[in-house]
Amino acid sequence: IAQYSLLKEHEVEKMFTLKPGRLPPADVKNIIFFVRPKLELMDIITDNVLREDRGRSPQRDFHILFVPRRSLLCEQWLKEQGVLGSFIHREQYSLDLIPFDGDLLSMESESAFKECYLESDQTSLYHAAKGLMTLQALYGTIPQIFGKGDCARHVANMMIRMKREFPGSQNSIFPVFDTLLLLDRNVDLLTPLATQLTYEGLIDEIYGIQNTYVKLPPEKFAPKKQGEGGKDLPTEPKKLQLNSAEELYAEIRDKNFNAVGSVLSKKAKIISAAFEERHHAKTVGEIKQFVSQLPHMQAARSSLANHTSIAELIKDITTSEDFFDNLTVEQEFMSGIDTDKVNNYIEDCIAQKHPLIKILRLVCLQSVCNSGLKQKVLDHYKREILQTYGYEHILTLNNLEKAGLLKPQTGGRNNYPTIRKTLRLWMDDVNEQNPNDISYVYSGYAPLSVRLAQLLARPGWRSIEEVLKMLPGPHFEERQQLPTGLQKKRQHGENRVTLVFFLGGVTYAEIAALRFLSQMEDGGTEYIIATTKLINGTTWIKSLMEKLEPAPF
Amino acid sequence: MSRVRADEEEYWHSSKFRAFTFDDEDDELSQLKESKRTVNSLRDIVDDDDDDLERVSWSGEPVGSISWSIKETASGSTSSLDGRDSSLQKGSSSYAALPKQASSYSLSSLFKGRNKLSSFQSLSDALTDTGVKNYAPELRRPKAEYKDYSSDWSPKDTVRRMQRGKVCSLERFRSLQDKLVLLDEAVAGHDGNVITAVLIFLKRTLRREILFRELEVRQVALCHLIHFLREMGEQKFLLDLLRFLDRTEEVALSQYREHLNIQDVEKRREFLKGCIGLPFSAEDTSHIQDHYTLLERQIIIEANDRHLEMSGQSELFRKYPRKASILNMPLVTTLFYSCFYHYTEAEGMFSSPTNLKKTFKIPDKQYVLTALAARAKLRAWGDVDALLTTKNWLGYTKKKAPIGFHRVVEILQRNNAPVQVLQEYVRLVEDVDTRLNLATKYKCHDVVIETYRDLKDRIQLTEYKCKVERGSAEEEKIHSILSN
Repeated sequence: IAQYSLLKEHEVEKMFTLKPGRLPPADVKNIIFFVRPKLELMDIITDNVLREDRGRSPQRDFHILFVPRRSLLCEQWLKEQGVLGSFIHREQYSLDLIPFDGDLLSMESESAFKECYLESDQTSLYHAAKGLMTLQALYGTIPQIFGKGDCARHVANMMIRMKREFPGSQNSIFPVFDTLLLLDRNVDLLTPLATQLTYEGLIDEIYGIQNTYVKLPPEKFAPKKQGEGGKDLPTEPKKLQLNSAEELYAEIRDKNFNAVGSVLSKKAKIISAAFEERHHAKTVGEIKQFVSQLPHMQAARSSLANHTSIAELIKDITTSEDFFDNLTVEQEFMSGIDTDKVNNYIEDCIAQKHPLIKILRLVCLQSVCNSGLKQKVLDHYKREILQTYGYEHILTLNNLEKAGLLKPQTGGRNNYPTIRKTLRLWMDDVNEQNPNDISYVYSGYAPLSVRLAQLLARPGWRSIEEVLKMLPGPHFEERQQLPTGLQKKRQHGENRVTLVFFLGGVTYAEIAALRFLSQMEDGGTEYIIATTKLINGTTWIKSLMEKLEPAPF
Repeated sequence: MSRVRADEEEYWHSSKFRAFTFDDEDDELSQLKESKRTVNSLRDIVDDDDDDLERVSWSGEPVGSISWSIKETASGSTSSLDGRDSSLQKGSSSYAALPKQASSYSLSSLFKGRNKLSSFQSLSDALTDTGVKNYAPELRRPKAEYKDYSSDWSPKDTVRRMQRGKVCSLERFRSLQDKLVLLDEAVAGHDGNVITAVLIFLKRTLRREILFRELEVRQVALCHLIHFLREMGEQKFLLDLLRFLDRTEEVALSQYREHLNIQDVEKRREFLKGCIGLPFSAEDTSHIQDHYTLLERQIIIEANDRHLEMSGQSELFRKYPRKASILNMPLVTTLFYSCFYHYTEAEGMFSSPTNLKKTFKIPDKQYVLTALAARAKLRAWGDVDALLTTKNWLGYTKKKAPIGFHRVVEILQRNNAPVQVLQEYVRLVEDVDTRLNLATKYKCHDVVIETYRDLKDRIQLTEYKCKVERGSAEEEKIHSILSN
């Protein structure tokens, strides 16, 4: 996140990524471990410290910085390994929310969902509340808080409590946010399971975006220079940073993938037209102007080349038969077709040993769209999965059941159709090129979470009380008093700003949908998004799976 | 001074009591200085006679404080210790300026508690017996902020301080009542770090039955403790807790999870055998039973086949050497393996596919699919044919594929089946469009031509003529059909 050069200015000699084994040699006295409080990482550090050359001089000093909090568990672990005493400083760096983009903050704690729903460990909620307090200290107290779900309730309670406990924290900053909306991931388990169909969403689904970087197969990015004849293709994956600072990416990231192609070709025409202009430049002044634009044009061209390559890569996959079949089944489930019997495609996939996560995504999706599966159907899937992928996955299936993703239908009532109809989750006529509704991000399915945000802004949740009661957890509204001087006198036509906090993770498609709502002319609301972690169905399910590899020690 | 020392010695020897502090350095520099000073003050209290001071390490064995710390530190960087020691000497003069009661809080609090020692001792003894892990006292660097030492914090304040990462001694909370209030405060704060800290303290100072009983009505804290135990691998304690709570299924699963840590297959098999009787849900019990049976089989098959492969007698193994051992593979993989290497064996053999099918009640679909893939890989087209042929009671034979013939074709094609073989199954695909598609894709001309003929589609047939080789039998066929 911080650039290397910046650290260099602060006299940091070298920066290493954490890995087991001996520390790389460096002529430094102080070594700082900058880590998340996780036990696996502690083991690596232990290894590092123990292998440190004892005879060397000057001796190195070790320091450890935990992000975002010191963890007692980790320190005890270090102590048990006999290295705790080696650290001169043990500190915490309270980094709660990390800005990812102009409108996106993330805590990057991938285990948050698992901790909250599987282990009932609410520490990440505590951090979320802390992060929100920091945000309020910087951007003013948020006058209205809405929320849905147990975790949301907890976070709101904690915020109110923290405020009460530090009465001095009343600040005099004019509030930037009008509303805070806290949403539990388990209110909307459906959305992350479906395949995202926005450009950014697909990049994430297929290649995985990590901390705004994506690694891509290098073949398509070989430098096309004459004379080289493609001799030395780069073998390292191509690493690209993706954020809205890149003009082209900002434009296409949230579009449905089917609309990306036309934008790219349009851009290509504009750029080549711009390059053509040099022939028309007659006067010195014109040439000068052209030259001054060159760097910008060069950048635009390379950005266009990159995204054309990425789009080609994705296109290869989205046009494949399997992708299409998978999507068809997903869409059938989401529109409520045949959710109560064993699905042929899922059976086929199991028989062909498709990746287990893909199977689990589909089965969970079916379960969620049917408010739980019939016992017989559930047992059938379970048996097939265990027989094909190994009995030890019984632990993972158990986790999914605990998280509510996979469950037997109880009470024999399927609420999903009601929810779908009331919240208009399924739209049959989707306009992918020029969308008029958020459902374009999944080519038909409108993310439930975002629908809730949309309905909250207009006409308000009172209109959907019945459905809210069907979704898990309480819904609530809190107000934080502002000093009269700070109350906003709203200009006519000025947009309200809502901060939406997804507890347990958010997908790129949901972000795209919220950005779409912000841009709607008559929307009247702008959205800023915060979350515990950026997720997609795969990373999400993975975080819930039992680690089956025995620990390396 | 000596009196203090005597008290202290007696204290440490008699009770094995351990101080419990959380240390933290907020303003590194000033605090570090302070902590150094405190270390010095400590040294004075113990009269520089380190050997008399018993410390207890994590493993529960008493260790000499300094020598222990040297060992501990030496493993990493000795310079920190050196630096500390030299500043100890230097700092000892500054210590004199400190007010007496300002010495280490954690120690003085221990002394205060001496009157109640007897009752406390029994508790801690009981705990030592049960093998609970303990935490070494942070004598080397007890925490500093002197102004805090004088005040008694309420549970609430303590929790709040801990949330901010400050040092707190929890030893002051002696009565059960106090401890529970403390726990409730921690839970109300929602900070897992603090809750865990308090729980560790309670776990150490309360008898199990009491702790379990109180946690039963405090679900949040309970979850944290379970998580903590799982992370630290305190399996036994965890199982006791779950058993107490009557969460039998969780006990079972938790115990079952253990098998993942067992590398040796024989031991793993034994362990799984023990798991069968655990109180799983009915559905899971059968899965666990199957898991055990499967591993048992795999061990037998593996031993036989390894021998067979080594001896080089079997042509099959010579031609297709095994890529990996079959141990711990999923059931379907095992079935594939047995269809590959042991297809013709009688049902009585453990390694025969039919035996596996029967034992594990493998559905027809799954079985045919796996067997098909295995036989096709060996290019044993006769077996494929036999697999898909069923006889009815009149003795007629009929081709049947529970997976649908389009899938059969796919699998065969992937294994480079010759057109003659492929054709036979393409012909059996029921859906006309799929059949045409597949036939065109895999160049089964006969099938295409016949299908168009049946559809009476002259136009398509004429068009198709240019796709077959000139002068071939297929072209001839098209001609004869078109002229009819």
